Amino acid sequence: MQAASSIGTSLDFYLFVSFALFTIGAIGAMTRKNMIVLLMCIELMLNAVNLMLVTFSTYYGNGDAQIFVFFTMVVAAAEATVGLSIIIMAYRNLKSIDIDMYNQLKN
Amino acid sequence: MSLQIISIILGSLTLASALMVVLSKHPVRSVIYLVITFFFITAMYIMMNAQFLAIVNMIVYAGAIMVLFLFVLMLLNLNKEVEPMNTRGAQLAAFIAGGSLFLVLITALKDTLILGQTYRQQDNNIGLVKELGNLLFSKYIVAFELTSILFIAAMVGAILLAKREKQIIE
Repeated sequence: MQAASSIGTSLDFYLFVSFALFTIGAIGAMTRKNMIVLLMCIELMLNAVNLMLVTFSTYYGNGDAQIFVFFTMVVAAAEATVGLSIIIMAYRNLKSIDIDMYNQLKN
Repeated sequence: MSLQIISIILGSLTLASALMVVLSKHPVRSVIYLVITFFFITAMYIMMNAQFLAIVNMIVYAGAIMVLFLFVLMLLNLNKEVEPMNTRGAQLAAFIAGGSLFLVLITALKDTLILGQTYRQQDNNIGLVKELGNLLFSKYIVAFELTSILFIAAMVGAILLAKREKQIIE
């Protein structure tokens, strides 16, 4: 433990926060029924993974992981755009964004 | 050490606002709490000296994506109807599943060698724009160019999905 030259706090604290964020996002994706809130929980999980990548990138002094975080943000932006337009289209069909209304997709 | 206290406060605030995203009944409040969560995550990036990602996180997530979410929520105008919640059993099952996922992750963390280690100091400026730009435009140039194709595909797909349905209704 080199306390004097450390940036911030220890590594496992950030990893703990990242794991907890991922778990909260997963629980939200399993409990909520609003489709927009489901997309938001997915964003939460993506951010947890981003936080972990940045943590390891800073720890190992390697910039590649931060490039991966950049690409994750790009993919998240594209995913949110397409997902929200799908939600708008589904709302026009059934006048509801409750996820249980769409179980007819399996037939 | 004051930095440790700051990061512990930041981490607990992040987790609290993330919990409020899941727990609040109203979707607009969920969006607002998600923006607050992204602000705290941005602050954690700054504490880890990832300055480029902090700015990008602020602009792209808290600026663009969350405005898009809020815009769609306002567009659909869901204020009247109350969101039906899952049954107690399903919620309990979800909490048990999430809790065991968290337990597995923490146990995996506990068995690694990185426990209690602090950051290495040797290369402090990897998070700056200059270093990341050098990486992005030399080693990852193909992926960067493919990203533009992905964006064009997403844009065309979003416009097409939103427009075709309108024509059918008319």
